[in-house]
Amino acid sequence: MDKKPIIELINISKSFPGVQALADVNLSFYPGEIHSLIGENGAGKSTLIKILGGVYKKESGQIFIRSEECEIEDVTHAQSIGISVIHQELSLIPDLTVMENLCLGIEPTVGRSVFIDKTAMRNTALEIMEPLGLIINPHAYIRDLKTADRQMVEIARAVSRNAAMVIMDEPTSSLSSREVSTLFNIIRKLKSNNVGIIYVSHILSEVLSLADKITVMRDGRLIRTLDACDADEDILVRSMVGREIKDYFNKKDKEIGDVILEVRNLTREPHFSDVSFDLRKGEILGISGLVGAGRTEIIRAIFGSDKFESGEINLWGKKVDILSPQKAIELGLGFVPEDRKLEGLMLEASVRHNISLPSIRSTARRGFVDNKWEIDICKEYINKLKIHTPSNNTISKSLSGGNQQKIVVAKWFAARSKILLLDEPTRGIDVNAKSEMYSLMNNYTKDGGSIIMVSSELPELLGIADRIVVIRQGEISGILDRKEASEEKIMMLESVLKNTRKELVP
Amino acid sequence: MNNEKIFFEKFKEFLKNQPLVFILIGLCIIISSVSPVFLLPQNLINVLIQISINALIATGMTFVIISGGIDLSVGSVAALCGIVVTAIIQPYVDISIPLTVTLMVVLSIIVGLIVGGINGFAISRLRVPSFVATLATMNIARGFAYVYTKSRSIYGLPEAFGWIGQGYVGPIPVIVIIVLLVLLTAHIILSQTVFGRYVYAVGSNEEVAKLCGINVKNIKLKVYIISGILSAFAGACLASRLITGQPTAAQGYELNAIAAVALGVGGMSGGKGGIGKTIQGILIIGVINNGLNLMKISSYWQIITMGVIILGALIIGQFEKED
Repeated sequence: MDKKPIIELINISKSFPGVQALADVNLSFYPGEIHSLIGENGAGKSTLIKILGGVYKKESGQIFIRSEECEIEDVTHAQSIGISVIHQELSLIPDLTVMENLCLGIEPTVGRSVFIDKTAMRNTALEIMEPLGLIINPHAYIRDLKTADRQMVEIARAVSRNAAMVIMDEPTSSLSSREVSTLFNIIRKLKSNNVGIIYVSHILSEVLSLADKITVMRDGRLIRTLDACDADEDILVRSMVGREIKDYFNKKDKEIGDVILEVRNLTREPHFSDVSFDLRKGEILGISGLVGAGRTEIIRAIFGSDKFESGEINLWGKKVDILSPQKAIELGLGFVPEDRKLEGLMLEASVRHNISLPSIRSTARRGFVDNKWEIDICKEYINKLKIHTPSNNTISKSLSGGNQQKIVVAKWFAARSKILLLDEPTRGIDVNAKSEMYSLMNNYTKDGGSIIMVSSELPELLGIADRIVVIRQGEISGILDRKEASEEKIMMLESVLKNTRKELVP
Repeated sequence: MNNEKIFFEKFKEFLKNQPLVFILIGLCIIISSVSPVFLLPQNLINVLIQISINALIATGMTFVIISGGIDLSVGSVAALCGIVVTAIIQPYVDISIPLTVTLMVVLSIIVGLIVGGINGFAISRLRVPSFVATLATMNIARGFAYVYTKSRSIYGLPEAFGWIGQGYVGPIPVIVIIVLLVLLTAHIILSQTVFGRYVYAVGSNEEVAKLCGINVKNIKLKVYIISGILSAFAGACLASRLITGQPTAAQGYELNAIAAVALGVGGMSGGKGGIGKTIQGILIIGVINNGLNLMKISSYWQIITMGVIILGALIIGQFEKED
């Protein structure tokens, strides 16, 4: 390409505690080019986008914008130099109309007064939407629009602010296939207007049909950049994987017993439908799938915190109605949610109060908390799980992510749960804490407990799970045994669309 | 030397954890230097009587605020219950003290159950924000008090009715004993029982509480009922102290109670605080008001002071959050 790049990245690095998120990334983005970034969760795509969008700051390396070195200070600065990021969560104001959103911050006024010129605003909005071929009523409220239309408005707004570079993070995750093709038309229009596009997606078929260039990332590094015409799904999948699994999973030999939990035809439209699987005593059952495939919703339904429409759950051979988490806990289930800070932990409460919460009632005497039991059980699990805390009275907020996660797990150990449902149990914790978490899980199952674990990290699932259920768009697309599972197979089951799936799975 | 250092460190620690104790002592020193009357036993007992109604209401408010809510209806509930109690007791000239007390308690429970139940139901089941729900019941309860009395006060109550509000056991006012018992019970419930722990859990993080098997709706309902009953009882006690049923009684008392709790906790974000903290808040407010009285400063200034206290407490709480 003879054009000059809009953005040139040289040796960009960024690390978070315990993780090298980006290491020496060199990339150039050109005007009029659709450049797709792909990679597993945690490969560093999001970090890269956030650095370009001004959310994070790079640690080292240089960024050149139109051949001039530039430090991206913050989000506003990124926008002012022509970089617009369209995140998965949209940033429109739902209670304003389309035109008000499009003109937010640049409202036309009547003369020099403070009054808004509605006609001018409407015309501006139409001028913004017209070249993109958007037909949306400028007076409609955002909250009344379909997700796809909102996304279009968002894109229109991004482009209207003279964006030279539009970055899209998984824009199709909540769109239907027809809406996707509308979106693609708009992206192609942008391209013909010489706007550069960075397109992040998990769905390989989309990437292949849309992108000019594809860059594969893994573990914060660039693996390869290739022209879309030279790529196919096999090549991409193979580049995305290809890592040795370290033995930090502490996998031990153990006996797997009888089926204790049967899930039959569990359905909750539109999140998941007809989901059936078994869990055995001593087993770690992994659930894999893309973000938004319905994994979390399934285990939340099993735990009784979300309702489901049809299907049944059998526990120890008996049909059970789990209508609330309370009931699930009585039946011996425990749930470690995905978002530790929002759903897992009372951050302002002490370690002790957090650990004992699910079990204080069953151990109480006439409604009074059994203080001796509480202190004993907390000390026991602080020791067993090696929770680093000054005391059991310490406020949980002050501990590290890994220790906080151990507290969330400890409360279910303290409650003597027989089945643990873990949703992304190692998210946001460092490598050592991860390894400790794996050995906890292994010891727990060795002692007869069972685990269902949702994870987005394939190496983790392959390293620790005995079987892996793969979910795609709310349905089970395959159940793989530990021996036959591989990253390639899982990724195919996750991301390849229904009609093409059969030919591609070896 | 070393010992001194340790003592100094401990002192600093205590100061950091219990700043209100020092504010309280400081206030007492300032007020007693301006007005020597302040430290006389009679005045101190006066302070206790003056804060007793607020203490009852603030105890219920403590439950509500720990659970992450707010109850604006307390003052109106107090007025309504004062009316109900006086209206029912008025005809019985020769009623005995035990029967009066029983009636007051039973009627308080009934009024508190009804209004608190409506609050709790609207907030927990219908998901109305607590601020809005209790604002509505605040007006409804006050309205009923006016409608029933046609905005006239109820006088001519039997002598026995004044025992709770004006009576003494030895040198100690009956109302002060009652308040101490209520505070102690509330403290035990909040700090020692499973229910108390659940109230903190709900206020700390509702989602966590739900996922740990706590019936969040049930806890919220109970919290507003407790607040309803305690404020209704406070209203009965206030009527007994004045030996009158007034539909205008306890106007603005919600503000005093919220100020006491917010001051004690340093904010009202839920999951934090306790009866101990609330007592400190109540005492500070009581001492300030008494001081203003002794210095013959207009009672309107007390309203301004209360607003400043709430604002100050919330600002301090905000700073702590950011740390």
